[in-house]
Amino acid sequence: MIPIDFEYYRPSTIIKAVQLYQDLTGNQKQTIFYGGGTEIISRARMNEISPNAVIDLKNIPECNVLKKDTETITIGATVSLTQIADSAVFPLLTNVARSIAFRTARNKITIGGNLTGDIIYREALLPFLLTESEAVIAGREGTRQVVISGNGIKLNEGEFIVQLVTNNKFAQYRHINHKTTKQSKVNYPIVSIASILVDDQIRVAFSGVCAYPFRLNQIEEALNDVTNSPGKRIQAAIDLLPAPILHDAQASSEYREFVLKQALQQLLDNFEGVS
Amino acid sequence: MIQNMQAGQLISLAINDQVKEAYVRNSDTLLYTLREQFGLVGAKPGCNNGDCGSCTVLVDGIPINSCHILSVEAVGHKITTIEGLTDSTIQQAFIGNWAIQCGYCTPGYILNIYALIQTYPDADDAMINEWLESNICRCTGYQEIKEAVKNTLIARKINE
Repeated sequence: MIPIDFEYYRPSTIIKAVQLYQDLTGNQKQTIFYGGGTEIISRARMNEISPNAVIDLKNIPECNVLKKDTETITIGATVSLTQIADSAVFPLLTNVARSIAFRTARNKITIGGNLTGDIIYREALLPFLLTESEAVIAGREGTRQVVISGNGIKLNEGEFIVQLVTNNKFAQYRHINHKTTKQSKVNYPIVSIASILVDDQIRVAFSGVCAYPFRLNQIEEALNDVTNSPGKRIQAAIDLLPAPILHDAQASSEYREFVLKQALQQLLDNFEGVS
Repeated sequence: MIQNMQAGQLISLAINDQVKEAYVRNSDTLLYTLREQFGLVGAKPGCNNGDCGSCTVLVDGIPINSCHILSVEAVGHKITTIEGLTDSTIQQAFIGNWAIQCGYCTPGYILNIYALIQTYPDADDAMINEWLESNICRCTGYQEIKEAVKNTLIARKINE
């Protein structure tokens, strides 16, 4: 049982959702956007958050799009991970989505929620980081489209993701994803990697390694430097990590580094046939 | 612009082919409303955190943890609880395969597997495993449950 009360709104258009947020926050009401709601419900139940109002985005048609045309793949923010996992529109994302949580949870978790939630892993972000994808974001100033890079999507106050747009060509490239968990298959990652081969260059993005998901050009340069041995390339990549390796109840930093090395070795083996 | 300024509302839910009305708090989960407002106690509270699957119901035929959906979210959707599933082949298979021990997880399993069979009647082992990952049986009757699923799928094919 959730111990707090909140107002609940389900607008049918982007404009109404944005306006509602402005009106509610203007009335000093702490307001959050709501997609699948799994994280919000769990955190509200544990008294970690106490919004005065939630704005459910699932009735907004643009947020429910899942399509692939000749140029682009478009995925609405409230499309569930199961819909993505069962779809062939973006194979790398399909594989990554299938590795998140378990099926019944994925029926409710939305792609937008996974990308913007407070849980640090945000694994569904990795394929978008690798493919110069763009996020369509709605807010008070209208909609804007930004390239998804670095370590994610930065939303301003009152903004929400409407759609993710990816160039169709990336659906064709070779790709690999790897996830190691502590014990059972269903868990948060100790190391989660998504990678794609573009013009014979490996692109790789990480989750579970540091306190946030990321893709870093310098790491890719190190991994693609074939003048070095695979072992040196992997060590160089690890030396370039942008933040300390996570050290928590899931795994020690030492073990995470060990798993990361194995995962990168497998990645090179797969893409380059290196043994 | 703001029409609903309250923390609760009167809602109508389509549950097991019946329309039921209740005044709910917006923050009430469907699990809470099913059990406390409608007396549909087949959905079992387990973890209350979307982890165990014991409160699984079908929303438009899709398995959903009823602890992880607000009652107000369920408006406009068709809800099926274990009380609405009578004499399905998977229920008989659970009995026939001794797939029930304490029974607490059983309604969630039954509804999840019912949806699997309806959606993917040709499900292979990998798919069965993927779907069964969503539910936990603390009596650890996993093998019998999986056999019940496989036998149901086989029987269904024979009868086609």
